[in-house]
Amino acid sequence: MNDTLAGWLQVLALIAVLAASYRPLGDYLAHLLTTGKHLRAERFVYRLAGVDGDADQKWSVYLRGVLAFSAVSVVFLYGFLRLQHHLMLSLGFPGIGPGQSFNTAASFVTNTNWQSYSGESAMGHLVQMSGLAVQNFVSAAVGIAVVATLIRGFTRNRTDRVGNFWVDLTRVVWRLLLPLCVVFAIVFVASGMVENFHAVHTVTTIAGQHQGITGGPVASQEAVKELGTNGGGFYNANSAHPFENPNPFTNLVEIYLMLVIGFSLPRTFGAMVGDHRQGYAIVAVMGLIWAASVALITVNELHSVSSSAGHLAGGMMEGKEQRFGIWGSALFAASTTLTSTGAVNSFHDSFSPGGGGMTIFNMMLGEIAPGGTGSGLYGILILAVVAVFVAGLMVGRTPEYLGKKLGGREMKFASLYILTTPAIVLIGAGVAMSLPGERASMLNSGPHGFSEVLYAFTSAANNNGSAFAGIGVNTDWYNTALGLAMLFGRFLPMIFVLALAGSLAHQQPVPVTAGTLPTHRPQFVGLLTGVVLIVVGLTYFPALALGPLAEGLH
Amino acid sequence: MPSHLPPAVRTHLTALRMLLVFTVITGIAYPLLVTGVAQAAFRHQADGSPVERGGRVVGSSLLGEDFTLPGKDAGPDPKWFQPRPSAGGYDPTASGASNLGPNSPVLIKAIKQRKAAVAAFDGVPESRVPADAVTASGSGLDPDISPAYAYEQVDRVARVRHLPAAEVHRLVAGHVRSRSLGFLGEPRVDVVDLNLALARLG
Repeated sequence: MNDTLAGWLQVLALIAVLAASYRPLGDYLAHLLTTGKHLRAERFVYRLAGVDGDADQKWSVYLRGVLAFSAVSVVFLYGFLRLQHHLMLSLGFPGIGPGQSFNTAASFVTNTNWQSYSGESAMGHLVQMSGLAVQNFVSAAVGIAVVATLIRGFTRNRTDRVGNFWVDLTRVVWRLLLPLCVVFAIVFVASGMVENFHAVHTVTTIAGQHQGITGGPVASQEAVKELGTNGGGFYNANSAHPFENPNPFTNLVEIYLMLVIGFSLPRTFGAMVGDHRQGYAIVAVMGLIWAASVALITVNELHSVSSSAGHLAGGMMEGKEQRFGIWGSALFAASTTLTSTGAVNSFHDSFSPGGGGMTIFNMMLGEIAPGGTGSGLYGILILAVVAVFVAGLMVGRTPEYLGKKLGGREMKFASLYILTTPAIVLIGAGVAMSLPGERASMLNSGPHGFSEVLYAFTSAANNNGSAFAGIGVNTDWYNTALGLAMLFGRFLPMIFVLALAGSLAHQQPVPVTAGTLPTHRPQFVGLLTGVVLIVVGLTYFPALALGPLAEGLH
Repeated sequence: MPSHLPPAVRTHLTALRMLLVFTVITGIAYPLLVTGVAQAAFRHQADGSPVERGGRVVGSSLLGEDFTLPGKDAGPDPKWFQPRPSAGGYDPTASGASNLGPNSPVLIKAIKQRKAAVAAFDGVPESRVPADAVTASGSGLDPDISPAYAYEQVDRVARVRHLPAAEVHRLVAGHVRSRSLGFLGEPRVDVVDLNLALARLG
């Protein structure tokens, strides 16, 4: 079979399994977010935690739960990392320093999984599985919980209640993430992934040299790393490491897992608002952007566009693994940066200017195609609110979306949401570039070096976690600045989403009239896609022109 | 929950209890369950697909190995098939890539040098040296090379080992792994497995 045909079949197979999952997974999520019944195991959790599972919370109470849970998580993880050498299974590694511990705790609690450490040479097994991987579960569940309140904002009327945070959190972990992770972790092991508690053991190789091999509970962490769009690798090389991604089959399963919840949530949205067509419109926008991005990265990499090194070598294989090749690497790169995953199976720093530039642009879109678990859907729904507002301005009508009026209050929250992330990215990258010591962290020089810094702040503020990994970020300044970027980039938008949810739930719905903008037709799909591209394009174009564009035109 | 505490304190205590419960469920019970099933049903894979030579573990078929001559900077050993360049020297405790940019002068220089070195080492024209032979992998532990690079090395290996080239060629052909399920990923040759088979050949 020739390369092109095989590459296409690989993409189409992925689309087919995602399409097949859309209805069952989306409907199942809608069920677990709306049912009044608790499982016995969940009741037990509520009793242990002292939670009333039947209480319904105001948006402000819900928000306090989100923030308290995340704050406690940061402190707990920080302590865990600092003290790892006193605990079992530390493999003899020392405690992590204060700057890096803060950065790592912020990173895993915010679903970013930016890693300024190297897994195999810094983290023991216990801190990986009982510290970091726990946040892989709960941070993903927090994202879904928050989007559930926004959907309830549209479906509920004249109430100040948006759901119960502890119930949403527990159900998503218990009924969705945990069962899927058990199944896929075992699929991963069966396909060759590692799952043990070995420390580093040294073997004498075929040629008589020595090689220290680190084991670990890798497959169990890998499943939740992808499914929860986390991306924090067990090893430094992340999903490029053969123990974390042994063959092209596991590669495709990893890509599937990082996309499946994001692409199925629009179904949940459609089911909960009682109109599946609304879900199809949203998933169409996500799918269009994802497909375009996969195509652009693949073409740039296949043809070594604007890369002297690629032309000289005869292919863009620097930083890529032979078993995945260009197609499997480009597909992974597009998917990991369009979700908030940030896992990598190839190193974006060595991608062609166009391919690497697209990975930055993907994150700048706000990770909405399909985005992180939950955060992708609330991101695109905010943009849908903006799109409806823009359309309303064009015809001079008060805009409304799904029967809810979008007045001044709603638009303020939506605008604040849109402005937060770019402000963090551009200010952060600007400050870093103005400081000589921080500039020196760049591995490459010129526009490509600037792209490394821009990538770092884009990745942190959007909670992605991947990197143009040449940049040296384990300094106090970067650990602190990027840690703060992750925290603000995660929780400020969440505050605005919850406030918007509260405001929408409070309203009396307005009846649909002939003048209402239909939000389920191709026309709206086009409008929303346009708004996404224009808002992002205008915000980031100058920064992109200094980095990847300058490099590509060089 | 004591109700005399201020609401903010109570919320944080609830959060802490919730976190501890999830730590036990997802951070201890879950990985132990998966490890138990993995070790019982898929021992070989779970332990990292080890390969043996003469009853002794000599590595993993998933992790590339260095096939250089003993001594520092002694260069590649001609009696073995050579893997791809590695940013970390095939050290599994330092996995990673070069992270050099697509127009990096350092990378361009390295590719030129590698191309000339591989061509001279294998006695082939530079045009026969494939991309994977001159580029460092993402993990620095890539066990695989392209079939083109494996066939390109056949004559040199056969010459040094005093074996008929056709026999080494057959050995390589037997080790070419096609795409998973026929269409996933790329065709490849696992250098660790291939060199082990070569050692058995004599």
